[in-house]
Amino acid sequence: MTGVLRVLRSVLLTLGLPAVILLAWWFTSAGSTTFYNPPLSAILGTFRETWFSAPLGESRLAVDVVPSVLRLLAGYGIALVAGIALGVAIGSSRALRAFAEPVLEFFRAIPPPVLVPVLMLFLGIGDTMKIVVIAIGCLWPVLLNTVEGVRGLDPVLRDTARAYRLGLVATLRHLVLRGASPQIVTGARQALSIGIILMVISEMFAAKDGLGFSIVQFQRGFAIPEMWSGVILLGVVGVLLSLVFRAVSHAVLRWYLGYRQSQHGGA
Amino acid sequence: MTRTHRLAGRRTPAWALGLAGVVVFLLVLELAPRLGLVDARFLPPASRILAALAERLRTPELWTALGQTLTTWGTGLAISLVAGVVLGVVIGSVSVLRAVTASTIEFLRPVPSVALIPVAVLLYSTGMAGTLLLVVYASFWQVLVQVLSGVQDVDPVASDTARSYRFSPLTRIRTVVWPTTLPYAMTGLRLAASVALILTVTGELLIGTPGIGKLLGIAQSSGAVESMYAYVVVTGLLGVAVNLLARALEGRVLFWHPSVRGEVAA
Repeated sequence: MTGVLRVLRSVLLTLGLPAVILLAWWFTSAGSTTFYNPPLSAILGTFRETWFSAPLGESRLAVDVVPSVLRLLAGYGIALVAGIALGVAIGSSRALRAFAEPVLEFFRAIPPPVLVPVLMLFLGIGDTMKIVVIAIGCLWPVLLNTVEGVRGLDPVLRDTARAYRLGLVATLRHLVLRGASPQIVTGARQALSIGIILMVISEMFAAKDGLGFSIVQFQRGFAIPEMWSGVILLGVVGVLLSLVFRAVSHAVLRWYLGYRQSQHGGA
Repeated sequence: MTRTHRLAGRRTPAWALGLAGVVVFLLVLELAPRLGLVDARFLPPASRILAALAERLRTPELWTALGQTLTTWGTGLAISLVAGVVLGVVIGSVSVLRAVTASTIEFLRPVPSVALIPVAVLLYSTGMAGTLLLVVYASFWQVLVQVLSGVQDVDPVASDTARSYRFSPLTRIRTVVWPTTLPYAMTGLRLAASVALILTVTGELLIGTPGIGKLLGIAQSSGAVESMYAYVVVTGLLGVAVNLLARALEGRVLFWHPSVRGEVAA
C-alpha cells in the first residue's frame, strides 16, 4: 500500500509542475489572436503535419532533422577522438603542456560561433563546413579537461604501473584513460551543449537543409505555429541527446560512482 | 633518461616554453599562407592580421562595438546570476519545492538556447533584448544548477545546530547555507561567464544586435578577410579576459576556502 502511494507521489512530483505549466500555456493561449503567440493547440496541431508528414522518408523529420543530428554526431565524434588523443599527449608531458598552454587558452576563449563565418571561407556551406565547425568547437572542452584529468593522475599509480612494466597500451587503457575518465566525461558534457549550439547556428547562417535552417525559414516566412513547433522539436532533441549522454556516461563511470560512494560511506 | 628530462624541464621555466609556443604558432600562421600551404585569400599571414587589428584598434567603431558587447554580456550575466542565486537558495532550502521543480529543471536545462533565436527576432527585432534573452536563458541554468547542488551540500550537523539554536531562516542562510554554497556559485559564475560571451557573440552574428559579432559578420560578408580575422582575435582576447577575470574573482571571494588556500600553498 505504502509502495503504491510512494510511486504515486513520485509520479505526481515529476509530472505535476510540467503539467501545470503546459495547461497554463494551453489555456492562456487558447483564445489568443496575437500573431506571434498562437494557441498551443494550433502549434501541436501543426507539429504533426510539419515534421511527420505522410511518407516518413520524405517528411521533414527524415530530410532535415536526421541530417542535422548525423552532422552533430560526426563532428562530436571527431572532437572526442582528437581531444582525448591530444589531451593524453599534452597532459603526459610537462614541457609540452607549458609549450601549448597559452595558445590553447587563447583558442579555447574564442567563442566557437565565430568559427562559422571563418570556415565558410574555406569550406563553403556544405556538410564538411558544419562538421568541421562542430568538431573544432567541441574539441577544446574535451582537450582541456583530458589534460587536467591526465595531469591529476595519482603519481603512485603511475609509478606502480611503471614498476610492473605495464606496456604502453595497457598503461593507457587501465591507468590513463580510466583515471582521467571523470574529467573527460565532464568535458564531453560541455562539448555536447556547444555542439548542439553549433549545429543549429551553422544551419541558421547558411544551409540547404537541417533543423536550424527549417526554423529560420519558418520565421522568415512568418509561419509562426510551424516555427514554434520547430523550437519545441529542437528542445526535445536537446533533451533526448542529454538523456542518451547521461546513460552512456553512467555506464562509463560506473566504477567511479561506486568508488566515490564507498569513500563517502567509509568516511 | 627520465631524470635528465625532468631536470631539463625544470631548467626551462614554463613561461619561456609558453612564449616559444606562441612564437611557433605565429610563425606557422605567418609562413603557411606565404609558402602557399593555405590560400592567402582565406587565411592571410599573421603579420597582416595583426596589422589589420592595429588599424581597427584606432577606429572608434571597434571600441563602441566592444562596449556594446560587454554591456549585453554583463547585463545578461548579472540577471542570470541574481536570479540563479536567489531561486537556487530558495528552491534548494525548501525540500518540497526541490522535489516539485526537479523534473522541470532537468527538462528545460538541456533545451538549447539558440532555439530561442527566431522567437527573439520576432519579439525584439535586432535590439539588445533579443540577445539578452538568449544570454540569460543559457547562463541562468549554469548558476541555478550549481547553487542547487551547493545548498544540498550543506553539512546536516551545522544545519541542525543552527536550527536548534533557533537561528532565523535569514540568519541560517547567511551563516550556514551561503558559505557552503559560495564556492559552487563561483563555479557557476565562471561557467556562466563564458557561456554568456558565446551567446552574446552568437546573437550579434545571427540576430544582428550591435557589437563585435555584428562587425565580424559585416566584415565576412563584404569580403574584408583581414578585418574579419582581426575581430576573431578581439573576441578571443575578450574570452581570455573573461576567463582571467572570473578566476581572479573566484580567488578573491574564496580566499578563505581550502581549494584556493591549497593552490596558493602549492
